[in-house]
Amino acid sequence: MLVLLALFGIAALLLAPLTRALTNRVFLVAALVPLGAFGHALVVGPGILSGGPLVERAAWVPQLQLTLDLVMDPLSWVMTLVVTGVGALVLLYCAAYFRSDSEGIGRFAATLTAFAGAMYGLVLSEDVFLLFVFWELTSVLSYLLIGHYQGRRASRGAALQALITTTLGGLVMLVGLVLLAQQAGSASIPVIIAAAPEGALTTTAIILVLVGALSKSAILPFHFWLPGAMAAPTPVSAYLHAAAMVKAGVYLIARFAPAFAETPSWREILVVLGLATMILGGWVALRQTDLKLLLAYGTVSQLGLLVVITGWGTRDAALAALALLVAHALFKSTLFLVVGIIDHGAGTRDLRALSGLGRRAPVLAAIAALALASMAGLPPLFGFVAKEAVLHALLVDALGGADLAAIAVAGVVAGSALTAAYSIRFFWGAFATKGGVDDVEDLDHVGPGFLLAPAVLAVAGLALGPLAALADAGVAPSADGLPAGVAPSAPSAPSGSGEVYHLALWHGPTLELGLSLLAILAGVAIFLAREPIARLHARVHSPVSASELYWDVVGGVDRLAVRVTSLTQRGSLPFYLGVILVVFVAGTGATLLIGSSGPGEVRLWDTPAQVAIAVIMVASAVAATRAQKRFTAVLVVGVTGFGMSALFSIMGAPDLAITQILVELVTLIAFVLVLRRLPAQLGDRHGSTRKGLRALIAVAVGATMGVIALVAAGARTEAPISLAWPELAYEIGHGRNTVNVALVDLRAWDTLGELAVVIAAATGVASLLFIRGRDDALPRPARGLVRRRVEQRLDRVREQGRPGELRNAWILAGPSLDPRNRSILLEVVVRLTFHATVVVSIYLLFAGHNLPGGGFAGGLVAGLALVGRYLAGGRYELGAAAPVGAGAVLGTGMLLAASTAAMPLMLGADALTSAFVETELPVLGHVEFVTSTIFDVGVYLVVVGLVLDVLRSLGAEVDRQADPVERAIAAAGSAPAAVSPPAAAGPQSEGRA
Amino acid sequence: MTVSLVLVIVMSAMYACAVYLLLERSLTRVLLGFLLAGNATNLLILIMVGEAGVAPIFDESIEASEYTDPLPQALILTAIVITFAVSSFLLALIYRSWRLANADDVSDDADDLALRGGAVLIAAEETLPESSTTDFPLEGEESR
Repeated sequence: MLVLLALFGIAALLLAPLTRALTNRVFLVAALVPLGAFGHALVVGPGILSGGPLVERAAWVPQLQLTLDLVMDPLSWVMTLVVTGVGALVLLYCAAYFRSDSEGIGRFAATLTAFAGAMYGLVLSEDVFLLFVFWELTSVLSYLLIGHYQGRRASRGAALQALITTTLGGLVMLVGLVLLAQQAGSASIPVIIAAAPEGALTTTAIILVLVGALSKSAILPFHFWLPGAMAAPTPVSAYLHAAAMVKAGVYLIARFAPAFAETPSWREILVVLGLATMILGGWVALRQTDLKLLLAYGTVSQLGLLVVITGWGTRDAALAALALLVAHALFKSTLFLVVGIIDHGAGTRDLRALSGLGRRAPVLAAIAALALASMAGLPPLFGFVAKEAVLHALLVDALGGADLAAIAVAGVVAGSALTAAYSIRFFWGAFATKGGVDDVEDLDHVGPGFLLAPAVLAVAGLALGPLAALADAGVAPSADGLPAGVAPSAPSAPSGSGEVYHLALWHGPTLELGLSLLAILAGVAIFLAREPIARLHARVHSPVSASELYWDVVGGVDRLAVRVTSLTQRGSLPFYLGVILVVFVAGTGATLLIGSSGPGEVRLWDTPAQVAIAVIMVASAVAATRAQKRFTAVLVVGVTGFGMSALFSIMGAPDLAITQILVELVTLIAFVLVLRRLPAQLGDRHGSTRKGLRALIAVAVGATMGVIALVAAGARTEAPISLAWPELAYEIGHGRNTVNVALVDLRAWDTLGELAVVIAAATGVASLLFIRGRDDALPRPARGLVRRRVEQRLDRVREQGRPGELRNAWILAGPSLDPRNRSILLEVVVRLTFHATVVVSIYLLFAGHNLPGGGFAGGLVAGLALVGRYLAGGRYELGAAAPVGAGAVLGTGMLLAASTAAMPLMLGADALTSAFVETELPVLGHVEFVTSTIFDVGVYLVVVGLVLDVLRSLGAEVDRQADPVERAIAAAGSAPAAVSPPAAAGPQSEGRA
Repeated sequence: MTVSLVLVIVMSAMYACAVYLLLERSLTRVLLGFLLAGNATNLLILIMVGEAGVAPIFDESIEASEYTDPLPQALILTAIVITFAVSSFLLALIYRSWRLANADDVSDDADDLALRGGAVLIAAEETLPESSTTDFPLEGEESR
């Protein structure tokens, strides 16, 4: 069985590629798999019926106690025969149903075969969770099959409806299964049945499982999805909606009935809902004009009957239920296939448009007649045998005094009358010659291949009637062992005296036969009275339709989603931020109030100087909120930064003080570079709305942060680990500057991560500014014209530059500048200080290990040197000062840092382990070298790269975009001349300096 | 461990000003708020050093507890540079937004506004079982 299950899966994977070669003949290949499973079941059948079940076990997820245990007992055996037999025939039928050029048949064949495999697994699963997996698999595959005609709106909607309904039921069922498995102590179905737990929790679990079963089998109130699912191709209906998927719920009830039929409310739920479904389905079927819908409502009705009898839970009922299940699968699949043939030939299924088919297609009509007779319960067909058994099983208990059984008998007879009526309606609708309707003339010839599947199914229904004894032998073993009846007097009924009910065509003139006859006569009467009944239908329109209810719920959920979205997604960034901050204040504030250990000790200040700095910083911060000019705002924010630096130096953190000052300088310059392109005024247009609310939130956040600082200080109980750092830094890291050693050695992982962030940010800046790549897509007119324009401009610049040629000597790019924009003082200062600054930066880098400084400070100083060159000479000067790309600098830095991390790994040490070398060198004397210095060089380069990237992007690139010549070039679509500026000839002009 | 009240007050004031600016729509003000918040956060970490001491440059004659705690310093140093990197990125964003849209403010999300205005109505895909009576519609009837 495991092998067969695997074969289904493999076939499903292979069928789609095979379709390219085989077109619609792929279905013949597909049919082989279920056919093989059918043959296998036939072969092992006698052993299962007389001996024990066939068991195959495989591990699946041992950690979760999930197993792939397959068991074929008599009940599973019958289900397997139905599922694989009908499956094989339907696949065979598909070969004729679809044209060779039909769209998506590969997908369809694969999905249908996979579905057959899922059903096969479902009826064989021993474990409830394995069963659930297959259960959901059938739901998903049925979704794909119903929605096969993707282009049709109705098809998609119906597929979704069926999916939502059945998976909703499935999820409810899962909860029930978990509860059951928990109580029984095992997920194995036989163990659960044997344990048969009781109690309120079990009742709840069973009802939850029943919700799943009823939704799958389209029982009231879940019945609506089945008629909707008729949007599927007809073979799908014949298989899923007649034989296989809808029977899964019935199968589950049959599985659990032996143990749980006596659970409170089990029988009441199933009988009441089943009967209501049976009568409602039959009644609505009488109204249908689409033959397929007629069958769909008929199926709903029959499923109701099946649920009633399956849930009854006696031995005779179980026998009858299984017989009816087989009979229904045979006749309903036949009828769907017949409808498919009619639709295929006549192009419609509307019984108002069909006429004269009986004469044109007599064989088809005969097949349909056989199936309909079985459905209506006429002898000698198997449907009759099954219905007799149903009536018998219920009558035994009804006569024994069970009220529920009496109601069930009445309901079944009424339902059977309706069944007979819509069976006749189907035959009349499909095959009769109707007055006032043109005969269907252009019915294509129906080939034997097309007729084979329905014929086999119909004949099987015919043959099993007389051969009822054979059917009994197959079906009875799964029913034996159940209680004989539910009524108080039942145990003394026939079965008690050793006479057991068997399926048979003739039981003698019994009450069951009389009731059958009554039902059929009533059915004929209903059909004959179809005109008044149609009027009644028109008048008695159900006030509430389950389908409409479904759509109301779905629509309601959609509307709710829109409302919730529009309530929470205001689309306003300040709003979101405000909400986050309010939650922060409320949440943190509440925690601080309830659970905090109280504030720590407070001292006023370390030195009075702190107070002076504090006043300046607070004043600047407040001024920043009130500033109306961009530049003012930037400056006052900068003041708080310098204040930070002062605080750092007072508090014994020289590294921080240096770094902060340098960063403030570079930030200020970066701001200025951008702000020169923006309007000076920070206008009111920029939404200074709700000032009061914002101020309130701001003050609340500030206060909360203050309390956090106080409480956090009080929460510290242990001595900080950093007390050991200074000594560790010196002993292991060979550096006296603890902070620097921490960055490049003790906590170097953090720094490595930070370098990555810096590189990402620098790359982000560059990618936001350099949009030149787009120009390639523009048209490129008149290259020569552009070049001439550029040369004219350059000539003009040279002429203006000539008189003061000496002035140009100070910096490389001097000649390229407009003389009006030049500052000779700045040029001289930069010229004199640039190299010195670079030397200082390198000194800071290497001295940082023992004195304040290090890679960060050194890198920033070097960056400032570049800033000076750029400010004095513009972008060409920057290009000359830093001939390598910022990306290369960043990358080299990261490479150095990362290789310091990786190298020790290769030598067998932990990552980032540092090594120490000291030696005597001739000129330099005693030299110490720690490998973490290489890491610091990496930091240095990354910081230089960051500053360079900012300058190139926010400085040079912004200049270029603002340059009128460049604009002309950009507009013209190419920039060939601009990339070779005068400064590129740097080396030659340097000689003049 | 004790904290300096002056520093806590400065930190709270800077956070408050930062939040006030961050809640603005002007991108430039948001960036200024970001910078203030960065400084305030560094100050918060600085408060955690407790008593100020001597700079942590190792000297055998100094007790370990006399140094200013080096751990928060390492964190702050990293934070300063990252703040610079991220504010450069924000600057680039501001410039680009100005260049492309001539705007320096965060505007509301158009889709969200449309949704709030009820412009987007989701139509449920209803199925009418009667809608088709054949699997084999003629050409052109397919896409209804």
